[in-house]
Amino acid sequence: MSPETVPKLARGMKLREDKARAQWVVLGPERMFVPDEIALEIIRLLDGSRSLAAIADELASRYAAPREEILADITSLLDDLAAKGVVTA
Amino acid sequence: MTAPPLALLAELTHRCPLRCPYCSNPTALTRPGEELDTATWSRLFVEAAELGCLQIHLSGGEPTARRDILDLVRAASEAGLYTNLITSGVLLNGTRLDALAAAGLDHVQLSVQDAEPASADRIGGYRGGHAKKLDFARLVTAAGLPLTLNAVVHRQNLDRLPAMIDLALALGAGRLEVAHVQYYGWALANRDALMPTRTQLDAATAAVEAARIAHRGRLVIDYVVPDYYATRPKSCMGGWGQRFLAVSPAGRILPCHAAESLPGFDFPDARTTTLRAAWEASEAFNRFRGTGWMPAPCQGCARAEQDWGGCRCQAFALTGDAAATDPACALSPHHALLAEALDASDRAGEGFTYREPARLPPALPVPPLG
Ligand code: SF4
Ligand code: SF4
Repeated sequence: MSPETVPKLARGMKLREDKARAQWVVLGPERMFVPDEIALEIIRLLDGSRSLAAIADELASRYAAPREEILADITSLLDDLAAKGVVTA
Repeated sequence: MTAPPLALLAELTHRCPLRCPYCSNPTALTRPGEELDTATWSRLFVEAAELGCLQIHLSGGEPTARRDILDLVRAASEAGLYTNLITSGVLLNGTRLDALAAAGLDHVQLSVQDAEPASADRIGGYRGGHAKKLDFARLVTAAGLPLTLNAVVHRQNLDRLPAMIDLALALGAGRLEVAHVQYYGWALANRDALMPTRTQLDAATAAVEAARIAHRGRLVIDYVVPDYYATRPKSCMGGWGQRFLAVSPAGRILPCHAAESLPGFDFPDARTTTLRAAWEASEAFNRFRGTGWMPAPCQGCARAEQDWGGCRCQAFALTGDAAATDPACALSPHHALLAEALDASDRAGEGFTYREPARLPPALPVPPLG
């Protein structure tokens, strides 16, 4: 994925709160993915219009952290989620 | 405390226009008049979500044979469950499917009987069914819904597995479930006509492995080697009463959809028992939980908490004892039964006993014309 990519949850994938186990999960057909805190924050920002660059801007201002580092981190995380079929470009 | 279940299988009805000879419904089919009503199902969906279920599989029979299917999908979705419809696809048109999608349906799982139309229609016992399924699959993807194709495989269609993989790709399915027939109920009655040969099985396994590589990122293929050719059993349902519960059309709350045929059980009645009470406190759910109930050779076996001694329904179907080690395990004293069944199927023909209601309802008097 590049900074211009607009990632979104893959078709059939839904983010849901799992109250019984006090966690959030991404559900798909016959599968379930439990994101860690950072992945969850990023998944929540996938609205189908924000690009990777925009997500990095958002997180950089939220945490007053270096933007380029954040962009590199979320790119590798989203590449990983794409390989697992959780998100698509 | 018992960990909560992840998924509910709601068998809404045993009615189905198809007659598959391996149908997983019990041989004693429930009549329409005995089915749970809309309000009871809706209450169960809320209870399932509160208990911790994340997914619901609306199944049957053919779930869309229920006239209230739209209300049931809406109820499941509003309860917060990821809602999957397991269907033969022959009863729905585009308008009804769009309505289901609008009601919150998340995913469709469509069964196909073969890749070759004449054979598919013969196996399903329903003329024209295959063509309807293909039309339906196109409607599903056009509605923007994710599609899984479910192919139940056996001796009479396994040679065409590569064509079924191509079909899944052509129809735009994201996932293909290749399920070998499980031999209890109707399928046990048809075992000799359905059992694949070793040669077929090896070719199928190779075809799946090649397709997984060739279509990575495009098609996920779920495939498990069948019990009769295995030396260790599968972990059935992730363990009895551990991840999964099912409710039958008449409202029996079960640890697995096939369990209703096991004798000596008093399965909780959903009309009078909550899902939570059934899950946490019923004798039926507790009986085969954990490892304490296990006989030798499971007792103390290193795999006891991996496969949980295999399938209780298969153990009963083959040995008459639901608490026995699954004969699919080579350590079971009954393991030779599987080899004998393979032998018998070698010499058998291809005729089916189709799934039919045991007793048809009495014929209605036909009023005279005019
Ligand atoms: S297996 Fe065949 S007969 Fe049984 S419910 Fe499914 S489509 Fe109907
Ligand atoms: S003996 Fe029992 S626990 Fe051990 S592998 Fe066989 S079925 Fe599984």
